[in-house]
Amino acid sequence: MSVMWIYDKKLQFPVKIKRPDPRMARLIITQFGGPDGELAASLRYLSQRPSMVTPMAKATLNDIGTEELAHFEMIQSMVAQLTKNASIEDIKGSGYEPYYVDHGKGTYPVQAAGTPFSAKYFQSKGDPRTDLYENLAAEQKARSTYEYLLNLADDPDVIQPLRFLREREIVHFQRFGEALRYVQDYLSDKKRFSYGKMKK
Amino acid sequence: MMNRDELLKIISVLDFYALDLQLYLNTHPTDRDAIQKYNNVVKRAKELREEYERTYGMLTPQNISDSPWRWIENPWPWQYKFNFDLEGDECNVDL
Repeated sequence: MSVMWIYDKKLQFPVKIKRPDPRMARLIITQFGGPDGELAASLRYLSQRPSMVTPMAKATLNDIGTEELAHFEMIQSMVAQLTKNASIEDIKGSGYEPYYVDHGKGTYPVQAAGTPFSAKYFQSKGDPRTDLYENLAAEQKARSTYEYLLNLADDPDVIQPLRFLREREIVHFQRFGEALRYVQDYLSDKKRFSYGKMKK
Repeated sequence: MMNRDELLKIISVLDFYALDLQLYLNTHPTDRDAIQKYNNVVKRAKELREEYERTYGMLTPQNISDSPWRWIENPWPWQYKFNFDLEGDECNVDL
């Protein structure tokens, strides 16, 4: 093992969608390249790492930022499988047409309304507390997005991975909250910070 | 002996269990019980991963290969064929 990152040739959670549904693909793609999507999440956390303090918060950013890449791949797999066997008749009237004209059945990072991905979707502020508050909000926004997608989904093959991804937003919110408490203790009173001999 | 889908499913379950414990341990680094669980899960996952790779091909390129080069074998994870079905199936793994 000599390189980072190592690609693991499997999904974090299986995506096995039997029925084509270009309408749902057009909506789910927002979690690929939209404002609260997995690409924005990964870049947000990985970008914030160098200015983070405490070993706990640094590890949390590093590892959640990495997990988000696995979610990016799950979303991509969902979009790909929802469109692979879709006929032109399936596509007509589905809402997928504008995307089809620009990208065919390729996966391209856009939000549901079609705006391409932008680094404007996230911040890396250089202030550990500020960044962790941003991340807590980001996890909640992603959870809401998954709930809206679930409201619009009817196929169990689509619902299962969406539910898994929604649950991960809740776990990440919890972990970022714990990291924030360590960071607040560390920044407000370095003597009170009791986990071993702490270095920044 | 487990077939490919059964093996992949158990590896996926164990890897997920390990990742969730990893995130937990990042903010609870003195929880001995959780570290013990983590160690058990990682050991079991490693054994099953070796078994999978011997028969069904490489999961990471950091591994030995027969000839021709096995890393490029289809299917890839984003393809329907790669994934196992979860329908109506509770997956419990003994450790």
